[in-house]
Amino acid sequence: MGLTDDDVREILRIIDESEELGELSIETEGFSLYVSKGAASAEARSGGVQPTTPPERAPAPTATPAAQANPETNGLVDIPSPMLGTFYRAEAPGAAPFVEVGASVDAETTVCIIEVMKMMNSVPAGVSGTIAEIVPENGQLVEYGEPLFRVQPAG
Amino acid sequence: MRRVFIPNRGEIAVRIVNACHSLGLECVVGASEPDMRSLAAHLADRTVCIGPGPASQSYLRDDLIVHAALSTRCDAIHPGYGFLSESPALADRAREHGLTFVGPPTKAMKLAGDKLAARDEAAKAGAPVLPGGQVANAQEARALAAHVGYPLLVKAAGGGGGRGIKRVHDEDELDGLLSLARSEAGAAFGDDRVYLEKLIESARHVEVQIAADDHGTVLHLGERDCSVQRRFQKVVEEAPAPDLAPHTRQRLRESAVSFAERIGYRNLGTAEFVIDAETGEPYFLEVNCRIQVEHPVTEAITYLDLVAMQLQIASGHRMQIGQDDVSFHGHAVECRLNAEDPAHGYRPSPGTLSLFALPEREGLRVDTHCQAGTAVPPYYDSLLAKLIGHGSDRQHAIDILIEALEDLDVDGVETNRTLLIGVMGHPDFRNGPVTTDWLERALR
Repeated sequence: MGLTDDDVREILRIIDESEELGELSIETEGFSLYVSKGAASAEARSGGVQPTTPPERAPAPTATPAAQANPETNGLVDIPSPMLGTFYRAEAPGAAPFVEVGASVDAETTVCIIEVMKMMNSVPAGVSGTIAEIVPENGQLVEYGEPLFRVQPAG
Repeated sequence: MRRVFIPNRGEIAVRIVNACHSLGLECVVGASEPDMRSLAAHLADRTVCIGPGPASQSYLRDDLIVHAALSTRCDAIHPGYGFLSESPALADRAREHGLTFVGPPTKAMKLAGDKLAARDEAAKAGAPVLPGGQVANAQEARALAAHVGYPLLVKAAGGGGGRGIKRVHDEDELDGLLSLARSEAGAAFGDDRVYLEKLIESARHVEVQIAADDHGTVLHLGERDCSVQRRFQKVVEEAPAPDLAPHTRQRLRESAVSFAERIGYRNLGTAEFVIDAETGEPYFLEVNCRIQVEHPVTEAITYLDLVAMQLQIASGHRMQIGQDDVSFHGHAVECRLNAEDPAHGYRPSPGTLSLFALPEREGLRVDTHCQAGTAVPPYYDSLLAKLIGHGSDRQHAIDILIEALEDLDVDGVETNRTLLIGVMGHPDFRNGPVTTDWLERALR
């Protein structure tokens, strides 16, 4: 089957613009295409019959920046904002903050909320350790990837 | 209007930043992570990172865009082209929150987005439309096709810009392609309505720039010819459209203006037409609700700043010109320099520009976001720069571009430069207007 680069691009574009399609695998004789939305993993192969198992799955449905060691903060790990939005330390005005400096967290601990157009998104720490610093002010706009917390990792 | 949010990238983001600054407006660029070090990000008064590289998580998220615009105290959004520039959802959301959306009213955007409805309205406004119409099933399609004649096109009502189109050569293909078109349209556009249109096999693509303010003035700013295309994508554009019969030119302009008046269009827009190269007859195709990539060729010959006009019209200003003040000077041609690999079917060639130096010469304008060190990410269109030659006549404009393309220094990614030089120097192109199938035939 004669699929050109443009065809592959067109397929990618349709997938990119469709809300529901997460991944796609097309196989015909001499051609296989596996696309997974979100982690920018797309492969097209042609020429010769290819193995029928798709390549490794993309790890997550959305690209979320992972907690990462910050070279400037002496072994502390940043929790980056998974999205642009307004940073809230507590579930509601007047409620106790999810975490304070010194709190122990594990990967699942909710550390804050990022609000986007009234939609509240809970942010898990993604890392185990102790909160060493809270970077933005409550109610401040945070950008995608901006550090929210610095964590002294456990162990 | 004081502060404009620009959720876009590439050369058009740079273009809008510069237009804002020329009008004394501040601007905030909403960039994806890989674009945070771009030229537009550098030139803007502020840049915020709205999301990661894939457009579906950044430039296509109207919630993030409106949130970012409000949080950075912007009072307007200029969407540029591509991405959400023609999205009624973004326009509605912005306006509901008190932001000025630099574009037409949502109602006009929705109508323009429905290619079938736009076709009907154009016909009511007196514009010529191609024989055809909506078909709900195979039986209707066969009956209408017999009337329209083969070959014909099956088009998706929700498509446009070359998308959602199937070419049907004869009756045997009709049933299969019709049902394929319907299911693809349903999946891609969430709307499975399709319509048939007669295929003009040898056609030119000519479009009319329109401008309309809130005070009842609707102008045309002349035509552009965008017939040099590859896979429905424009490669070279020019203004004015060469060799049009005066009555055809007049018909296009009048159709575009009366269509805009009929649908209550505001701000800048483009009415696209095909012209049958055999008969010279024009037919309305669709209207685009955004600034076009190729707007500089119109700017070159009218001496107008179209992006500044968009911002001023959106601010409620009355246009300072009438139709009689719009005059045309010389000829302009634009080449789209893309990061594409000619050895592999012109597929995108992302990478980092190790070298990017542009020649300077009289009559040459270059709109670009690139310089040495600029990264060309894999997520977006591959446009590196638009080179616009403006000369006393068509040959002069073409010669300016040939010299500019030959003197351009670019390395680090593959480009379509050789293709562009080939088009500019080709006798078919130099001798007059070509048709939309010309470039692909010439490439074979």
